[in-house]
Amino acid sequence: MVGLASFAVAFVVFVTPFIFVALNAAKTAAGAATLDFSLPKEWQLWTNLVEVVQARDYMLLLAYFNSIVITVAAITLLVIFGAMVGYVLQRRRSRWNSVIYGFVLAGLMIPPAVVPTIWVLQELGLFKTLHGMVLIQVAYGLGFTVLLYRAFISTIPRDLDEAAIIDGAKPFQVFIRIILPLLKPVTVTLIVVQSITIFNDFTHPLYYLPGRANVTVQLTLYNFQSQFVSQINLLFMNILLVTIPPLLVFIFFNRQIVAGMTSGAIKG
Amino acid sequence: MRRQSPYPYWFVLPAAVVFVVLFLVPTGASFWFSLTNWDLFEARFIGLENYRQFLSEPFLLRGLTNTIIFALVTSGAKTVLGLLLAVLLTSGIFAQGFLRSVVFFPVLVSTIGIGLLFAEMMHPTQGVINVALGAVGVGGPGWLTNPALALYSVALVDIWRGVGLATLIYIAGLASISPEYYEAAKIDGATPFQQFRHVTIPLVWPATTTVMILSLIGGLRLFDLIWAMTRGGPGFSSDVLASVIYKQYQAGFYGLSTAGNVILFLLIATIVAPLAYWLNRRALDL
Repeated sequence: MVGLASFAVAFVVFVTPFIFVALNAAKTAAGAATLDFSLPKEWQLWTNLVEVVQARDYMLLLAYFNSIVITVAAITLLVIFGAMVGYVLQRRRSRWNSVIYGFVLAGLMIPPAVVPTIWVLQELGLFKTLHGMVLIQVAYGLGFTVLLYRAFISTIPRDLDEAAIIDGAKPFQVFIRIILPLLKPVTVTLIVVQSITIFNDFTHPLYYLPGRANVTVQLTLYNFQSQFVSQINLLFMNILLVTIPPLLVFIFFNRQIVAGMTSGAIKG
Repeated sequence: MRRQSPYPYWFVLPAAVVFVVLFLVPTGASFWFSLTNWDLFEARFIGLENYRQFLSEPFLLRGLTNTIIFALVTSGAKTVLGLLLAVLLTSGIFAQGFLRSVVFFPVLVSTIGIGLLFAEMMHPTQGVINVALGAVGVGGPGWLTNPALALYSVALVDIWRGVGLATLIYIAGLASISPEYYEAAKIDGATPFQQFRHVTIPLVWPATTTVMILSLIGGLRLFDLIWAMTRGGPGFSSDVLASVIYKQYQAGFYGLSTAGNVILFLLIATIVAPLAYWLNRRALDL
């Protein structure tokens, strides 16, 4: 009895909002305007989808393109840079370690100073560019990445690198040929968790990547809010479209997400 | 010649360059710019004027107090609810795996999407929440239109969105408790509540530490949910530091905006660092 009751409560609290989105995304503008929790009288899921995609000269497609470019580029750099730091940090014991470790924790906790960051980006000619946004995401994601890699590398026996070194391998070869392939499980976790973080990021593109040509997915959602005031069905269709990618990732990478969120958190 | 280490420090270099240039330099520079009247080209030193303004103007000070209230409310609720949900979802109830997924999923969804969705659901007259409350005879409040309530309504949504992560961390913590402790407690005649009080809570303490610190930091820094739901309104009743920083940036008061950043930095440092120390000490005492 308690089980069924808690099931019902959890279902109502956590699932119905998403059903509400899906139902309203399928309604006509007039049908959605009343904000009812009801089945659409006329289903027009496809029409709404087409209309949202075409809005403002296919802005949503551009936004998806930009968001994917930023996410892929930032994660590529994060994985390589982060693994290299985690490797040295775990393997080499010296007083520099605690300094690096302190910066890693600072990077996790301290909120970025936004206007001074814009100033630095402007000086470097990176303000309002995708390159700049990628590097920002790398800077902000390094803390989590390094922590995760350092923890995982501590489970790889040192004998492995020492054997390779005795065979005459250069340090970078050891890292690329021996260590990096062994990091695959934690790398998958990292890619999944960070891609969701970066794809869902609203605040940083809002500050560092203004301008129509640079629009990202979360910003389109926000911008459409005012445009869709009288077409709430399209607003809900837009919310539905940004909810589906994480849902797919969640279905396929559930295990990696759980591993990433808990190991990063508990050891952090 | 000294033999080169197999773990050379140049490995750290690419990451260090990005981190120093785009994170440490702006953070360091923020202390200087917060003392100036700044238009991005010229910074004129005005001493502590920005801070004085921050602590004396009601609409700026409100952002500071709201930030503290918001962080305490949300992290407290996430800690308590997260633990209770984790206990429930490890007790072998009906559809346990499905429920775990359902509780966790909002963590992965776009915050802006969630904010816009709940803003519609919290509509004072038409919103689903008040319609449902009306159906059982309760007059729902103006969740986001009542200045006394708006901040707490956003906090409620933030708890809904973030409790899944707390639950997940607690589930991992509960799984690491050896069943022998519960068996011993049962043999000694402990009731389920006594087991929860004297076995679960002390042994799950590391997870509690993590949940409290993570949610406090998240709560203090929160921007996107507030911005999607109220933009700090009505008036400035639900403004937090992060939204004040953005508003002052938009208005062109870069020095003042940066002072807000420094205050947020100091707030996190003074709340989180001692708390982390105290929580870890307690973990050793137990």
